Amino acid sequence: MSTYKVPTMAEMAASGDSPEILFWVGCAGSFDDRYKTVTQAFVKILNKVGVSFAVLGPEEACTGDPARRAGNEFLFQMQAVANIQVMNGYEVKKVVTACPHCFNTIKNEYPALGGNYEVIHHSQFLQQLINDGKIILQGGGEFKGKKITFHDSCYLGRANDVYEAPREVIKALDVELVEMKRCRTKGLCCGAGGAQMFKEPEPGNKDINIERTEEALATGASTIAVGCPFCLTMMTDGVKNKDREHDVKVYDLAEMLARDMGI
Amino acid sequence: MSILPQLVFLLIFAIAAYILSKRIKYLRRNIFLGKGETRNDHPQERWKTMLLVAFGQQKMFKRIVPAFLHLLIYVAFVIINLEVLEFVIDGLTGSHRIFAPFLGAAYGVAMNIFEFLAIAVLVSCVAFLIRRNVMKVERFTKPEMKGWPSLDANLILVIEIILMFAILTMNATDQILATRGVGDYNLLNTLFFSNLIRPIFEGMGDATLIFIERFAWWFHIIGILGFAIYVTYSKHLHIFLAFPNTWYSNLKPKGEMVNMPEVTNEVNMMLGIPTGEGNEPPAEIGRFGAKDINDLTWVNLMNAYSCTECGRCTSECPANITGKKLSPRKIMMDVRDRAEEVGKNIDKGGKGLEDGKSLLGDYITKEEINACTSCNACVEACPINIDPLSIILQLRRYVAMEESGTPAQWNAMFQNMETSFSPWKFAPTDRFNWADQLKNEEIK
Repeated sequence: MSTYKVPTMAEMAASGDSPEILFWVGCAGSFDDRYKTVTQAFVKILNKVGVSFAVLGPEEACTGDPARRAGNEFLFQMQAVANIQVMNGYEVKKVVTACPHCFNTIKNEYPALGGNYEVIHHSQFLQQLINDGKIILQGGGEFKGKKITFHDSCYLGRANDVYEAPREVIKALDVELVEMKRCRTKGLCCGAGGAQMFKEPEPGNKDINIERTEEALATGASTIAVGCPFCLTMMTDGVKNKDREHDVKVYDLAEMLARDMGI
Repeated sequence: MSILPQLVFLLIFAIAAYILSKRIKYLRRNIFLGKGETRNDHPQERWKTMLLVAFGQQKMFKRIVPAFLHLLIYVAFVIINLEVLEFVIDGLTGSHRIFAPFLGAAYGVAMNIFEFLAIAVLVSCVAFLIRRNVMKVERFTKPEMKGWPSLDANLILVIEIILMFAILTMNATDQILATRGVGDYNLLNTLFFSNLIRPIFEGMGDATLIFIERFAWWFHIIGILGFAIYVTYSKHLHIFLAFPNTWYSNLKPKGEMVNMPEVTNEVNMMLGIPTGEGNEPPAEIGRFGAKDINDLTWVNLMNAYSCTECGRCTSECPANITGKKLSPRKIMMDVRDRAEEVGKNIDKGGKGLEDGKSLLGDYITKEEINACTSCNACVEACPINIDPLSIILQLRRYVAMEESGTPAQWNAMFQNMETSFSPWKFAPTDRFNWADQLKNEEIK
């Protein structure tokens, strides 16, 4: 019997190995019960495809993104510099992460602190695997022919101009991709960016995730696809708030692929 | 012929030029109240950005109706200014339509094009007035638009309408006089648009017509000079500043926050990492983040002076859409208002920045900056690449690092990150637990 492997960088280094990619799990991917299933789905895909990867495991720490956006530059840099020391220690070259906030921070902000890596979001990585024929979809999976809408994450889209990779992944599932009124460069935030995830919203007349969920529901899609742990939480809460959790699901791209692959 | 009109023209022109140069110096000084920042990298890309975004109006076309109307006014502004060149030469030399003999029939064609553009401006300005005052398009009626900003916008449109009427009146009376063979007036090919208003003037005597023609001529040129000065006090400054503003655009990924090297030094020291700079603390540590305009960069301040208050940023802002106080446009207006307050105060010999007021607190509240999701919708929406987010994040840095004034829930998040290296309160040793089950699961 062969089980899923989740090697750590430390284990790899101990056996004199180094993986092709470091899978940066992120805090949501490590601790959030709902998002852990996304992490697991992505690891299953990596196993299935035979990608040489490792994780930092307990050596990983928050990238510092929410601290920096909330204004606490000291705390951000403490996290960042420590992470960079660990990654440089393992001579990491290539990083893949499912979190657009981690993606943005490591890709754009770590270089100024001495961390230079090729950083890829899991949507781009999955698209590449599909294009290279390494992920072969059965066709006729549970999403086939269904209406699916993709919610652009700000830190993937506007922040880093990644709009097509997640859509290509969704299209590979042989579904009907429907766009919300505000999409791509005009996509509406889920409400969690800029450290909003970690506090109550300021006074207003509506929560941002409700506004966005209404827009997603208006497409008639049965699945709202996301590529970000915060968006996943916000949209899931929005769907619950609208009492639609029975017929509308919120999934991350990796989960959808894994389901289609039957793993 | 008396040279008195030429002298009067020269005097008016010289006064206008003097006032303008003073205003430009004042604006420049105000913008450079901001901190230094070098943005001269990738000049090719910068020229390209300016050509596409400012000259080519690329980002305006996200909203097609106003984009089209705005394009008409913009093209007219650029092209009609060629006619102003003739006005100035005529004014200084006492000639009348000095280009006409040189250009021959082409001059008439050019005049017809100018008249078409004048009509296009008229129509567009009327449409814009309707959008603002009758249709009350939402982004023009937000709270920050009360008072002067709305008046400013309407004044600009009305002034442009009047100036275009002056051109048409001038051409109509000029051509009636030319037809009658009065004085030096040149008979041109039919001018289609001013022809339409000729019946109004046909019944008038030569002297009256000459008076009206001259009045329209003087009104137009003085109007344009006056308008140029007015622009320096107005949101309309974007007609000039849009160009440098786009040249100095942020070319980096929008998600990247600017690093604070002064913090890096301290962090490295705390973690025992050699900094390579002799571990000497910098001679003077300035303020962390921004409290007032001098803590912002000059690019931030130029952004503020370039803003024409169109409100596309605010209408795309998720916080504003859902009723929060934050409006990215107001952030830009506040920065400009504060820069104006400080600038005027300095010129009066007052205390300037030390007047006991500050951008954060007296203009922008914490509630506003705390509502931002840093989603970059405002940055993306701006037709001339203004970056309100950069200002918001600098203000947040001041609140967090100088005042420790962040909301309690953020403080709790900071504490979690400090103690357990995650924004949530989980034991760091549990970070890898997600894999436990997976490691025992059989690969299907």
